[in-house]
Amino acid sequence: MIEFPKNSRRKFLRNIGFISIGFPLLSYNFGDEDSLLDQNGSFESNLNRNLRFANPVNAWLNVLEDGRVLVYSGKVELGQGIRTAVRQVAAEELELELEQVEVHLAETGVTPDEGYTAGSSSIPNSAMSVRYAAATARQKLLELASTKLNTPEEDLILINGQVKSKNSNLSLNFSEILDGTQLEMEVSKLVPLKAKSDYRYVGKSIPRMDIEKMVHGEEVYIQDLRFPGMLHARVLRPAGYQSKLINLDESGLSSEVSGIVKTVVNGRFVGVITEREYQAVKAESYLNRHSKWTPNPAFPEQKALFSHIKSIAEKPKNIKNQGDVSIEYAENQTFKATFTKPYLKHGAIGPACGIAMYDRKVLHIWSHSQGIYPMRRAIAAMLKMDEDKLHVIAVPGAGCFGHSTADDAAADAAILAMAHPGKHIRVQWSRHDENTWDPYGTAMIMELEASMNANGKIYSWKADVWSDSHSIRPDKDPATLLDTRYFEQAIPLTGRGYLGGAHRNADPYYSIPNMQVNAHYFDGPLRVSSLRSLASYTTIFSIESFMDELAEKAGKDPLAFRLAHLEDERAIAVINKIKLMCERENLKDGEGMGYSFSRYKNTSAYSACAAKVWVDKSAGTIKLKKMWAAVDVGEIINLDGIINQIEGGMLQAASWTLKEQVTFAGNEITSTDWNRYPVFRFSDIPELEVAMIDRPTEPAEGGGEVSMPPTGAAIANAVYNACGKRVYNLPITAEKILG
Amino acid sequence: MPKYTLHINGTQKVIDTEADTPLLYALRDYLQLNGPKFGCGLSQCGACMVLKDGKAVTSCLLPIASIGNSEIITLEGLVESNGKMHALQEAFIKEQAAQCGYCLNGMLMAATGLLNENPRPTDTEIKEALELNLCRCSAHTRIIKAIKSAAKNQTGP
Repeated sequence: MIEFPKNSRRKFLRNIGFISIGFPLLSYNFGDEDSLLDQNGSFESNLNRNLRFANPVNAWLNVLEDGRVLVYSGKVELGQGIRTAVRQVAAEELELELEQVEVHLAETGVTPDEGYTAGSSSIPNSAMSVRYAAATARQKLLELASTKLNTPEEDLILINGQVKSKNSNLSLNFSEILDGTQLEMEVSKLVPLKAKSDYRYVGKSIPRMDIEKMVHGEEVYIQDLRFPGMLHARVLRPAGYQSKLINLDESGLSSEVSGIVKTVVNGRFVGVITEREYQAVKAESYLNRHSKWTPNPAFPEQKALFSHIKSIAEKPKNIKNQGDVSIEYAENQTFKATFTKPYLKHGAIGPACGIAMYDRKVLHIWSHSQGIYPMRRAIAAMLKMDEDKLHVIAVPGAGCFGHSTADDAAADAAILAMAHPGKHIRVQWSRHDENTWDPYGTAMIMELEASMNANGKIYSWKADVWSDSHSIRPDKDPATLLDTRYFEQAIPLTGRGYLGGAHRNADPYYSIPNMQVNAHYFDGPLRVSSLRSLASYTTIFSIESFMDELAEKAGKDPLAFRLAHLEDERAIAVINKIKLMCERENLKDGEGMGYSFSRYKNTSAYSACAAKVWVDKSAGTIKLKKMWAAVDVGEIINLDGIINQIEGGMLQAASWTLKEQVTFAGNEITSTDWNRYPVFRFSDIPELEVAMIDRPTEPAEGGGEVSMPPTGAAIANAVYNACGKRVYNLPITAEKILG
Repeated sequence: MPKYTLHINGTQKVIDTEADTPLLYALRDYLQLNGPKFGCGLSQCGACMVLKDGKAVTSCLLPIASIGNSEIITLEGLVESNGKMHALQEAFIKEQAAQCGYCLNGMLMAATGLLNENPRPTDTEIKEALELNLCRCSAHTRIIKAIKSAAKNQTGP
């Protein structure tokens, strides 16, 4: 039986001296993904803000007298290496070895409610607040030692787990300093931090400890958890979003498939529990063959998707208005272009999995959700249970890149566990369901119009963006979970409008005196939610493709044209860097170079990208040969960690750009597997080169998304440079090169 | 239910299951081996790869009844008997060739299968050998580097 943690701050600490530092962490409320994740204040401003609003302490760092440090962070590991970054900042401030710091990731009742692990926010929020907590602990250790040694604090230093006198041989280790004392305090003011020039770990390349486990098959993913007596289950998905169950004939199930424990039916929800996993696969297949559903209403024609989107869009909402675009248009030469992006999949290599067990008091759930507290609220509302009766433990899954199907699999398991108490129920999704029920990254349209003066400077800029929501993450509204739509008493989901960055990066970062941005929300035909970098991938693809077109019209070099419209020195620095990285690149026949720039969210990290492609003009085939990125994320915590994120982001975005689109025909989504939804394979992989500009005195920004937006335009611009064909509609495929 | 005797990682295991149970499910669900992962069940992504008589194959569609006397090695069996890591495991750590690591089993199995046949592969040969293996986090360039470095360490400079 699992112990349900109650007073867990002290749970592990009964008989040992410690200093426990509580500190406030930002907690995201539902609906704030756009506004709150966009806030890029340093921890200082977050702390002040939290103190101002008297936010309660909701995270803590414990320094134990045996020299260990336990950090309780509410983040989940998504493959981004957050555990290593948190370990680095804590060990740095407390002058310890990395191995002495243990990072406890998200578990309800144990770790703080940090909302979602998303939006490149883990570094700026968690890691920075842990840094201040560790510094507060260090100061307390020095203060206590000062009293014991009768030596002024300024004559003491903390080194290798000891406080030593600078002028004598006096020293005390943590055990001698604490001597069984148990202190609880809070970060209430900004304590001095360790001098950055003395850093041992921060800014360096620190290997992730989990990779060693991975190569041995010892890293435990949600799919790998096993409990005594655990049962397996599958949930039968309806034939389509709106299909109703007409008939389910399970009479022959037990004679055809062995190990059947139970089938659970509630409205359109059909689950089957078995003893062994492959029995569940066969049972699902049997039930699929023996069920009848009403057909889903037909989707719009894929070819006509974008005209359909325009036809269903709501009235536009003005997002930005500066200067007067109308006057300028009358006096200057005007250019226009329209860009589109299809629906994209998250495409985790491991389909979703959820495990749940109801011990008749508490429902325990293991999940790879990006936000276990918000998910708990949604599942509690779905089951009409008291939130406190749900205990959720975060377990790593395969990299999922946004709000994918993890929460739905947890909800499946929760429903089945409630129907079959006392046993752990493990629900594994199939590749087919993972591909067809994913909340995709929405299709989008961006129309741009700009005018330039005779000197080749942009005078006015008008942008119109069409987008569905970029965040339908679970929270207290249970309709965010698929299962609630299946129930007899179904809860309908309504669209979330502009929530979640529909117009993120829609206004260019360039200095343009007259600018207007309008957003057109639509409630589109496919299920959607947040996908890595949200709208920015599309808005920057459009803006940076258009910037190249404008540069050509003005007769300017594409990078010089961008520099002429930038004032921010950090933006200028990444562009100059990319220029330097690529200046010796020679182009052979059929090859082309393309460049692009963006500052993520216009407030966060900077990235300039370049791509080199070869285009076979007769066949239209595109070969991506090399990509470069020059990136400034402010202060770097883990150098190799951030480079790994940037490389991965570039390749994933290149795959989106050249290969990917969710397809549908008639009443079905047809991109059901990796053959029907192709992504980059090894033969597609170009060379990569990443340069980081370290700015130790600037706030640390997250780097998980920064390289994705500029990648699409760099490739599109390179393709144009190589063959003279400008592709406006993603993905950039051979037929569009020839068309 | 029929019984199957499998040669897994140098030992014999007896599994009592239906003849159509794929090897992947036998390894994970009956032998608690977590190395091979479920990714697609369609032999399209490589996450479930094992070595069958030294060759990397997907295990998600391979019925247990078809295994016979073949020698199966999983990720857990890659470590040498004295506990020393395989050169590829060391190289993947050194190059930090992973993000989430879910696909890593397949990458290591495909790479081992490749080096068994071709101890000094070129970049193109590495890409061809791993063409089935998908990595959504996109650590490909690091994986290629790790395989090259392991090949070098295995055979000497």
